[in-house]
Amino acid sequence: MSATSHHVPDRLQTPLARRLKSWETLLLAVAVAIFFANSLASPYFLNAWNLSDATFNFTEKAMIAFAMALLIIAGEIDLSVASIIALASTAMGAAVQAGVGTPGLVAIGLGVGLAAGAFNGLLVTRFSLPSIVVTIGTMSLFRGIAYIVLGDQVYKGYPAGFAFFGQGYVWWVISFELVLFALLAVIYGVLLHKTNFGRAVYAIGNNPTGALFSGIRVARVKFILFLLTGLMAGVAAICLTSRLGSTRPSIAMGWELEVVTMVVLGGVNILGGSGSIPGVVIAAFVMGLVTFGLGLLNVPGIVMSIVIGALLISVIALPRLWAMWRPL
Amino acid sequence: MLKRLFTAREAILFAAILVLLGLIATRFPAFVRPANLASVFNDTSPLILLAIGQMVVILTKCIDLSVAANLALTGMVVAMINVAAPGVPVAVILAVALGLGTLMGMINGLLVWKLTVPPIVVTLGTMTIYRGIIFLISDGKWVNSHEMSPAFKSFPRAEFLGLPVLSWIAVAAVILFYLVMTRTTLGRAFYAVGGNPHAAIYTGIDVGRTQFWAYTLSGALAGLTGYLWVSRYAVAYVDIAGGFELTVVAACVIGGVSIAGGIGSVIGALLGALFLGIINNALPVINVSPFWQMAISGAAIIVAIAANAQASRTKGRVILKRAEHAQ
Repeated sequence: MSATSHHVPDRLQTPLARRLKSWETLLLAVAVAIFFANSLASPYFLNAWNLSDATFNFTEKAMIAFAMALLIIAGEIDLSVASIIALASTAMGAAVQAGVGTPGLVAIGLGVGLAAGAFNGLLVTRFSLPSIVVTIGTMSLFRGIAYIVLGDQVYKGYPAGFAFFGQGYVWWVISFELVLFALLAVIYGVLLHKTNFGRAVYAIGNNPTGALFSGIRVARVKFILFLLTGLMAGVAAICLTSRLGSTRPSIAMGWELEVVTMVVLGGVNILGGSGSIPGVVIAAFVMGLVTFGLGLLNVPGIVMSIVIGALLISVIALPRLWAMWRPL
Repeated sequence: MLKRLFTAREAILFAAILVLLGLIATRFPAFVRPANLASVFNDTSPLILLAIGQMVVILTKCIDLSVAANLALTGMVVAMINVAAPGVPVAVILAVALGLGTLMGMINGLLVWKLTVPPIVVTLGTMTIYRGIIFLISDGKWVNSHEMSPAFKSFPRAEFLGLPVLSWIAVAAVILFYLVMTRTTLGRAFYAVGGNPHAAIYTGIDVGRTQFWAYTLSGALAGLTGYLWVSRYAVAYVDIAGGFELTVVAACVIGGVSIAGGIGSVIGALLGALFLGIINNALPVINVSPFWQMAISGAAIIVAIAANAQASRTKGRVILKRAEHAQ
């Protein structure tokens, strides 16, 4: 692996050739392959309602994954997202017992998400602490508060109108969650790829010191990203609580790792600096399709997690293996 | 000697543990009786074993999220061996547990070393894979107490000089790793790789290989703990020690191990694990609902990292302090 082994092209590749080699294209091919394999393997797969049900496997997680993608590109991480869901859901459940209606519940869900995100952001930016340990701490803290409030109890009795967010359909088989997922994908795609803010996110992830010297308010951008991640966890909490119709303190347990897996599978560099929203969208579909397809074949959920785990390592390891074994 | 054993950070944590014990004693004096403290130590021994291994991995700028899955898979394998062949002696079971755990640690290490896959991605992946394999080999079934042989179950509980074998293993691991970290070139290499990887390369240390050894040690301890866990609680199933990897990381963080690498000690990891162990054991006896446990350990982590960050801001990383004094 010497410097001379690098092939220097005499001209740039065409945009099409570059696009064909991109991570997103590869991932899309995987998604299409899984789709066809599934439709061949099970006669129940190509059914509009079944496919619609399958989207619930990933929509809530993907909403968080969009914000998490920006956070990871900026070189930070938030492992407390699933605990924010538990905290927000518990707060909404408590509000229901006090007779709060649907608009109030939504406000509480979003507010708790924002507050939790602000807490993470403050600890990371104001006290310059490493986000991975801060959010391991708040992960215990936030879910711990949910356990203190609820113990082994359950909150139920959500108002009928509240059910729409997780169970409602906008048109035919198109659920509210799927529409929200698509809308958020567009918003985060534009935010990351078309705005100054998005450019700042990449700059911070590639070189925080350089970003600071070029006039980017690094701490403020990072704080906003934690705020957004908290907010998305709040949104996911509303959808999930509405879909389940109840709150337990163990709600969304382990989701933080699934969200991170989705982001990394989507081609976001875990060390920061690169990644895209379309990649995360396709990764969400890949994970949803794998889970749903194997589910139709009666493969237990835990086997799917083996597949996802292997996918996670191999998507990063295979290109490196390929680079190592390629003839000079 | 005492000063060298307890650097300032560990002394503060040790004082915090004493204050904690004092507070508990005001509400429930029997908690601080030696016999009860010994049982708390025994209860915390699995966490101590895993925290020491995790400490070494974190020192080298890596993280091992697969320890709990490694523990659970090794535990299931040895439990199934015990059910299939109850006559297999405990020594063989121990060797299998250590070997299997080491192998899983090596897989993590090889992925990090040879393929330079980011450590968090590797161990996130192997965590779900190892856990999934338990389901595949056990078919989701439990191995229960009555299926295990008496010798298999009694090993960690056997008393020796007043303490159970489980406690003695934790004590032995603490001493062994203390010696490795402070008296061997490998121990020095762990600190060097985490403290300044570039400088480590110039001094002839292979960063990747050192990280590989860190994962191997962590895996070996996780495997050993797997057998001890399953035999002590006399049950093995897919989800044992679920989420325990984060408790292990928490113990390290509370023990003053810097997630940025290069800072940490065996004594720190031991004290961090004991701090969490004491809280877990004390809450029920002082009539605080165990549901408080999670929030308290979360708050402890945040306070600990804030305190450690303040401490490391004033002092630089000096890994050759003793050499400096010698001049």
